[in-house]
Order: sequence, then structure tokens, then C-alpha cells
Amino acid sequence: MILVLPVVLWMIIFNYLPMLGLIIAFKEYDPFLGPLKGFLESRWVGIDNFKEMFMDKYFWQAFWNTIYYSVLNLIVGFPFAILFAILLNEIQSMWYKRFVQTVSYLPYFISWVFVIGYIYIILADNGIVNDILLKLHIIDKPIPFLVTPDFVPPIVVLSNLWKSFGWNAIIFIAAITNIDPTLFEAAIVDGAGRFARIRYVTLPSIKPTIIILLIFNIAGIMTNYGMFEQMYLLSNGAIQDATEIIDTYTFKIGIVLSRFSYATAVGLFRSVAAVVLLVCANSISKKLTGESLY
Amino acid sequence: MRIRRRSTGDIVFDILNNLFMLIIVIITLYPFYYIIISSFNDPIDLLKGPVYLWPRKFSVVNYIYIFQEKAILNATFITVARTVIGSATAVLFTAAFAYGISRKWLIGRKLFIKMAIVTMYFSGGLIPTYLLITRFLNLAGNFLVFIIPNLFNAYNAFIMYSFFKGIPVEIEESAKIDGANDIIIFFKLILPLSLPILATIALFNGVWHWNSWFDALLYGEGKLETLPLYLVRAIQSATASAAEAGRFVSTTGITSTSIRLTTMVVTTFPITIVYPFLQKYFVKGIMIGALKD
Repeated sequence: MILVLPVVLWMIIFNYLPMLGLIIAFKEYDPFLGPLKGFLESRWVGIDNFKEMFMDKYFWQAFWNTIYYSVLNLIVGFPFAILFAILLNEIQSMWYKRFVQTVSYLPYFISWVFVIGYIYIILADNGIVNDILLKLHIIDKPIPFLVTPDFVPPIVVLSNLWKSFGWNAIIFIAAITNIDPTLFEAAIVDGAGRFARIRYVTLPSIKPTIIILLIFNIAGIMTNYGMFEQMYLLSNGAIQDATEIIDTYTFKIGIVLSRFSYATAVGLFRSVAAVVLLVCANSISKKLTGESLY
Repeated sequence: MRIRRRSTGDIVFDILNNLFMLIIVIITLYPFYYIIISSFNDPIDLLKGPVYLWPRKFSVVNYIYIFQEKAILNATFITVARTVIGSATAVLFTAAFAYGISRKWLIGRKLFIKMAIVTMYFSGGLIPTYLLITRFLNLAGNFLVFIIPNLFNAYNAFIMYSFFKGIPVEIEESAKIDGANDIIIFFKLILPLSLPILATIALFNGVWHWNSWFDALLYGEGKLETLPLYLVRAIQSATASAAEAGRFVSTTGITSTSIRLTTMVVTTFPITIVYPFLQKYFVKGIMIGALKD
């Protein structure tokens, strides 16, 4: 009891008090009222903050960008992690297999600051990418990658893939390792080749894992903390419209411009959308496949 | 028993597959290598074009500059301090909770578990948390702002929880007969038995603290700059106004690019060094967490 209570108290202060603080989404928070009074005595404004949000084209831009990049990341990253796990399992040399796996999730532990810093250096006018393209005479003057909105989606997706594929594959690798080896042996006896074994043994065996993770990923489309760092660091004046997501929008409105109530409303909307997504993804999967989170 | 009859197709598959993995390894490791060789190249010479495999004009001026720069030394100190203190306290704090809820006789156990689960899916979000820390707790500008808000994490707690559940109750019962109380049991019996999981969570916390810059930006008030935040500013200066960029131009022939490169090496170095030694622990740890679901 003595061990647990301090943590419970901590949760109440750091998790549950901010949840109560969400009421300022329905108020016009007045910072000059003082800490507690600001929450209690600020004027109620009903859903005015939400109305304003729905009228704001920058909000919608951030909203669609969030979904767009999340879905792109999912379409590219999710199958790649499965493919990597399956192919890694086919490597015969244990030493090589372990080495590749260890290397593959190193980037997960490296900060976004490093990743974006690297991108800034290789995609600069005199960076490695332009240098190669120039030397191969594919282009005759450097492409300004970092200030061209069209390059934002590929940069976002590829950097995310680099950083997370190994980590995302861990669970699939674990699932494949848990497959009963007699299934493979039986398939070999039946004359199944490499691809047939992958198709009829490996894939069906890891299907429940794939579905559960897909639900998690779809549910997480609106909430992705890593994406804040990635987009915030990548952003600059020239590509701002393409890099704005809900998190960076909330940060700008709330912290930079100190519009606390409005930014809280945006955050609350995002949380609700995330829960709706989770419930929907879960029930669709339950209906189609019988797999569900709860 | 294993039947081995490799057809030509199998051999071709194996060769291509091994090649594919080799390409993945190169793509994953090359950025680190590239940053290192570029940081050891003469900064002015680097303006001529990128180096690919080896420094064109070897030089350590970047490192001499970096290790004399007061802001970086200061940021390094803060980052090391928050990583060490922050992960040690968070591991103990989270373990205390995880151990508590793993014992069936704890009063209110179900409620506490539910409370922790809720925090994984709902939160007040950025603004209420920001107001809590800056207005109510007045932690802005205080070093403790890095430690206290990060003491507990529900995901980590549940990974530890599934580990503690496996420790038999008999161990505690015999200790209790000898007159030990819960706190003594926790520190003297449970923690020493749980070193692999503690190491895993410590690593997660450590990496998280080491890489953190956003809380330093929000709550640092300019005086609590961490190493990654320094790097953030260095990166942003690449596209920011001349005035901001001026902070990184010096008379010693150092360019802002070379400062970025060198800071990147310095900030990433510790993780890449400890990583190979610790990775087998965290893979085990994450498996425990994954199998629970």
C-alpha cells in the first residue's frame, strides 16, 4: 500500500487533473484570474471554440494532413514490417539473422532530431543526393528538396520507415518464432516450396497478430506523438502548409499564441476522434475476422 | 528431423534474400557513418561537396570547437543529469506501483489497475498539462520539471507488472515470518530478482530522457537547454533568419553545417555505444509486454 499510494497520487495530479482541465475547452480561459480561478471562474462560452475550429481552414488543413501522413505511413510501413519479418525468418545463418535484426531496430532509439538533421544535410543544395544526381547528369541544377511542398510526403514516409521498420517487425518476428515447427515440416513433406510455405503456413499463423496490430495502428491515426517531433523539425516557412498536423497546430495556437481555450478544444476534438476510430476499427475487425482488442 | 533438399529456386531465393538484408543493413548504418566522416572533414572543404566513404581533408577542429562551447557543455551536463536521475527515479517509482498491483491481496488493486489503463488512452493533452506545470506547480525553469512529470508511465508499469506476477508469493511469505515489512521485501527481495526487467525499463527511460527536447523547450525558460534542444536550434538555424543563424557562425572557420554534424555525433554517440550491450535485455522485455496482450 505504501508503495502504490504515491503513484496513485501522482496519477491524480499528472493525468486526472489535466483531464478535468479540459473544461476550459468550453470556456474563455482568462490567464489573469490566477491558476485555480482561471479554470473555475473563466466565462463559459459553450461550443464557441469548437465552432471557430470548424470554420478555420488551417485547422482542416492540419486535420487532413494528420490523417494523410498517418495513412501513408501505415500503407508503406505496416506491410514492410511484415515482409521484413518473414524474409528475416528465411535467413539460414543464425549469426547473420541476429545481426540484421539488431541493426534494424537501432534507429528506433535514435532521436528524430538526428534523423531530420541528417535529412537536412543530405538533401541540401550541396548535399549528397543533389551531388549524385548532378554527377549522373540527371539534373543540371540542385533540386531544393527542403523548401518544396511536393517532397514532404516522400520525406515523411521514408524517414518514418527508416526509423521504425525494425521495431515494428519485432512482434511479427516473435509471432513467427512461436509457430509450431512441425507445421513447416509437414508442409515440406507435402512438397511446399519457399513461397508456398510462407503463404500457407507463416502468413495464416501470424494473421491474429497482424489484425490486432492493424487495429492499434488505425486507432493511432489521430494520436502519434512521434509525428509531432518529425513535422515540427522538418517544417520551415516554405513548406508550412504541407507539414502542419494537429499537434503542431495545437502547439502554435496554444503555446506560441497563448490561446489556451481554443487549443484545448482542438486537443479534445482529437482525443474524441481517436477514441471513435479505436471503437470503429475494433468493431469492424470483430465483424470481419472475429479478432478484437476487447 | 529436418528435410533438406535445396532446389535451384531455393538457392536463388537465399542469395537474393541475403542481399536484401545486406542492403537494409547498409541503409540503416550508413547515416551514422556518413555523419561521422563528415564531422571529421575540414568544415570549409566540406562546402565543396559531400564526402562519401572517407574524409577528404581530415580535421578535428569541429570537436575542438564543440568541446569549448559553453552552451554545449552546459546542455550536456543537464542531459546527463536528467538521464541518470530521471531514469533511476522513474524505474523505482514505476516498479513500486507495478509490484503493488501484482500482489493479489492489495486493497483497491482492481481500481488502481483501471486508473492506470485509462491514462494510456485518455489525457488532458498539451494545454492543460502545460498550465498544470507552469501555473499550478510552478515547475517551469526548475530542473525538477524533467524528473517529476516523467516518474510514471503506465506502459512500462504493465511490462513490469507481467514480470512481477511470475515471482512466487512464497518468497514474501517466508520473509514476512522473519519479520520483514513490505518495503524491505520490495528493496531486498523483489528488486534484486528483477534486474533484467529493471534494466529494460531503465533503458527505455534513459533513451527517452536522453532524446528529449520538447519539455526543455516548453518549460526550460531558456536556462535549461538539453543537448537535443541545442541540436534542434542548430538545425532550425539552417532555414531561420540570419540573426538566429549568426549564433552558429564563428571566426574559426567553423560552419553551421559542421556544428550540426558534430552535435549529431555527440548526441548519438552514447546510445550507439550502450545499445549493443543492452539490446538483448529490452528485446526480452518487450516480448514480455507483447505476449501479455
